[in-house]
Amino acid sequence: MQLVLERRAERSALIAIASPVLAIALTMVTMSVLFALLGKNPVAALGVYFLDPLTDAYSLQEIAVKATPLVMIGIGLSFCYLANIWNIGAEGQFTIGAVTGSWLAVHTQGTDAGPWVLPAMLVLGALGGALYAMIPAICKVRFGASEILTSLMLVYVADLFMDYLVRGPWRDPHGLNFPTTAEFDPVATVPTLIEGSRLHAGAVATLVLVALAAVLLGRTVKGFEIRVVGAAPRAAAFAGFNANRLVLFACALSGALAGLAGIIEVAGPVGHLQPGFSPGYGFTAIIVAFLGRLNPFGILIAGLFLALTFIGGEGAQISLKVPLDLTKVFQGMLLFYVLACDSLIVHRIRFVSMSRKAAHGTG
Amino acid sequence: MHDPSPVTGPAQEPLGRPLLQAIDISKRYGTFLANDAVSVDLMPREIHALLGENGAGKSTLVKVMYGLVQPTAGELRWQGEKVELAGPAHARALGIAMVFQHFSLFENLTVAENVALGLARTEPFAAISARLAEVSRAYGLPIDPAREVWRLSVGERQRIEIVRALMQNPKLLILDEPTAVLTPQEVDQLFVVLKRLRDEGRTILYISHKLDEVKRLCDTATILRAGRKVATCDPRRETAASLARMMVGGDVGEVRAASGRSATVPRLVVTGLTLAPDDPHGARLDAISLEVRGGEILGIAGVAGNGQDELFAALSGERSAPEAGNVVIDGEAVGHLSVTGRRRLGAAFVPEERLGHATVPRMRLSENALLTGHAASAMVRHGFVDKPAMLATVERISAAFDVRKAKRDPEAVSLSGGNLQKFVVGREILREPGVLVVSQPTWGVDAGAAAIIRQALLDLASRGSAVLVISQDLDELMEIADRIAVMFHGTLSEPLDVANATREKLGLLMGGSCAGEVSAPPETSHAAGA
Repeated sequence: MQLVLERRAERSALIAIASPVLAIALTMVTMSVLFALLGKNPVAALGVYFLDPLTDAYSLQEIAVKATPLVMIGIGLSFCYLANIWNIGAEGQFTIGAVTGSWLAVHTQGTDAGPWVLPAMLVLGALGGALYAMIPAICKVRFGASEILTSLMLVYVADLFMDYLVRGPWRDPHGLNFPTTAEFDPVATVPTLIEGSRLHAGAVATLVLVALAAVLLGRTVKGFEIRVVGAAPRAAAFAGFNANRLVLFACALSGALAGLAGIIEVAGPVGHLQPGFSPGYGFTAIIVAFLGRLNPFGILIAGLFLALTFIGGEGAQISLKVPLDLTKVFQGMLLFYVLACDSLIVHRIRFVSMSRKAAHGTG
Repeated sequence: MHDPSPVTGPAQEPLGRPLLQAIDISKRYGTFLANDAVSVDLMPREIHALLGENGAGKSTLVKVMYGLVQPTAGELRWQGEKVELAGPAHARALGIAMVFQHFSLFENLTVAENVALGLARTEPFAAISARLAEVSRAYGLPIDPAREVWRLSVGERQRIEIVRALMQNPKLLILDEPTAVLTPQEVDQLFVVLKRLRDEGRTILYISHKLDEVKRLCDTATILRAGRKVATCDPRRETAASLARMMVGGDVGEVRAASGRSATVPRLVVTGLTLAPDDPHGARLDAISLEVRGGEILGIAGVAGNGQDELFAALSGERSAPEAGNVVIDGEAVGHLSVTGRRRLGAAFVPEERLGHATVPRMRLSENALLTGHAASAMVRHGFVDKPAMLATVERISAAFDVRKAKRDPEAVSLSGGNLQKFVVGREILREPGVLVVSQPTWGVDAGAAAIIRQALLDLASRGSAVLVISQDLDELMEIADRIAVMFHGTLSEPLDVANATREKLGLLMGGSCAGEVSAPPETSHAAGA
């Protein structure tokens, strides 16, 4: 017997929906093996990961807090991926958005500046992320440089730049030499939704963005353009869509959303700028985008699911004494499986017997 | 022509026994019956035509005979013995060779390298080269084994495929629409070769929908319609009309030019258009000038790869012209205008490639209607798309052009070639363009669809539009065009009035000789390359 992958006549709508579910199932099976090898009871371990966080109110709120940046970045990335632009540097755009927005917070610190500060910070954050994403976009359009490499490398540039700022010019003078800015003023902070909780207004903004993205992609000519450029570049040129301009547009939009998520994270749950404020949201959002089928509502669900893995991972670290990095292993495996399962949307698996194969080989 | 050195022919067959018998072959794809109990006897020493419209089941049947597709029911008998073909390699081992319509050649490799790739690895490369040269010389199919494929014309590429097949010394040679890409002179040469192969005792299965060719060449014809065999006959005793009737199952609508069509003012004018190729295998456009007046159809003939794609791109705006004045639509210099800008001026374009260029294969028809309609139509309001209006457009196109589809709004890729082409042409014509540029309007399309499309082009012209048709099908151009110009190596000949344009004259222009040299035909086949 031999496996053959052959093309389907029509793409399978069923597999397109079933693929993420299948991928999650396969990931859990593999994780079980991993847990067993680590000497843990796989069933109990998966319970700690995926069920325990759903059982108390605090964890549920934390899931929403963590899903907020994931979904916001994931939405932006989906525009790029639909248009066949491989921006994988959202983590850098996220960081730069946090930095440009924080600039205002740091420089208005203690001046009692007024309620305009937070909106201005959000605009600056989005702008910063957008401009940072324009670097790989312009390099791609102007020089044909692969955005996969340039956008990824710029992540590290952004990281080190932020590191320099919080260790140098922006360091909190009363911060005992810790590399961090001072706690932001209340006017520079994203308000929480419930008193005493970490759930903040950014979650609402994300829901609005999900709806806007659905309208943009499904109901506007611009959304149509994004999908056509990604699906058939030659037909896009024939339609009169300028692929280069679209690269700039999609990267700017994606960068803006990542930047916005960055400043909301810093001005919201974190409250100040410090290294390591992101547990890799920009990278995890890539998984969110694909697991969510590059569809805004799918991304919302996928974002919540991956937020669950962050919370579950923390719980597992405490109660199972497994390393936190296991969460990253889990997330990477999930992306691997979802991409593998996606090939079944346009292909099918067929078994070919060896006798037929032998006949193929003759002559 | 060389005197043919004796190449080993196939072992002689007793003449009364069929070489290959297909008995009640059925092939089902899901609910669709592509072949329904088709029986064909291929006799030794005959050229057997397999005639039928697109979608009639010709391709499925030959794929079964070549082992590419397993039949759902029925059996094959090779020289009287039942065989189950496990795959093409098995078919080749029996002595069946096939030349596909779409060539499978690597452009950057040489002829000999391409041939060697398809053969058993035991034979040394030098021996393959030598054998290739010998076979090509023996059959009067000149090709240089050391040339890179991208330098060759389409006709020469086909010769590689035929020689590659002949190097297996096949008893049965299957050819799928081999003349679609050839000049009339190249067709004549091919027919000489095919007749020689038959006289050597080989069987040729010749797939076509061109009736006159089948009448000229073939000894027997099997006609398929909608998956069933309609008849087996001697095409030389039939008329083109009777063959067409069997093929289509009724009378084919004759294309009629509306009377009183008269050319008016120039609506599409190209002056001194020179354009460097944008990829190393592309052709260069060299000082192209042409003029299409309202009410007329200008045909552009030529063998593929002589700059037609580049001309189309420059006319549509997919490539910008060096100067705005190079291309003028209704008095406006549009050389620097985008596709959308030109569409807003009332121009419309139909590219050659249906899938991936004219349409997005995996998108629905409604979205594909939007593809060219987003610039100026009721489908878009303030940047928002109007889904009901898009569906209404699909319905309008489908009704006017008889587009047959299984669902209300299927993916473009799921339509048959003819139906998708009707959709693509209809999409543009229903916008009532003042200028229409269309490339290969009926390529790979069944006779019924082709008649509808040609008639629509004529009707559009008679309503006062300027129509430019780029086509490799000379019959088509002779049928609908008022004037025909020929593209060769990126230059465009003076247009000939269709009344004065004979196939011979056009054929020579397609092979690269000037109209003045008509009396002294050169070795056209080789000149078509480079």
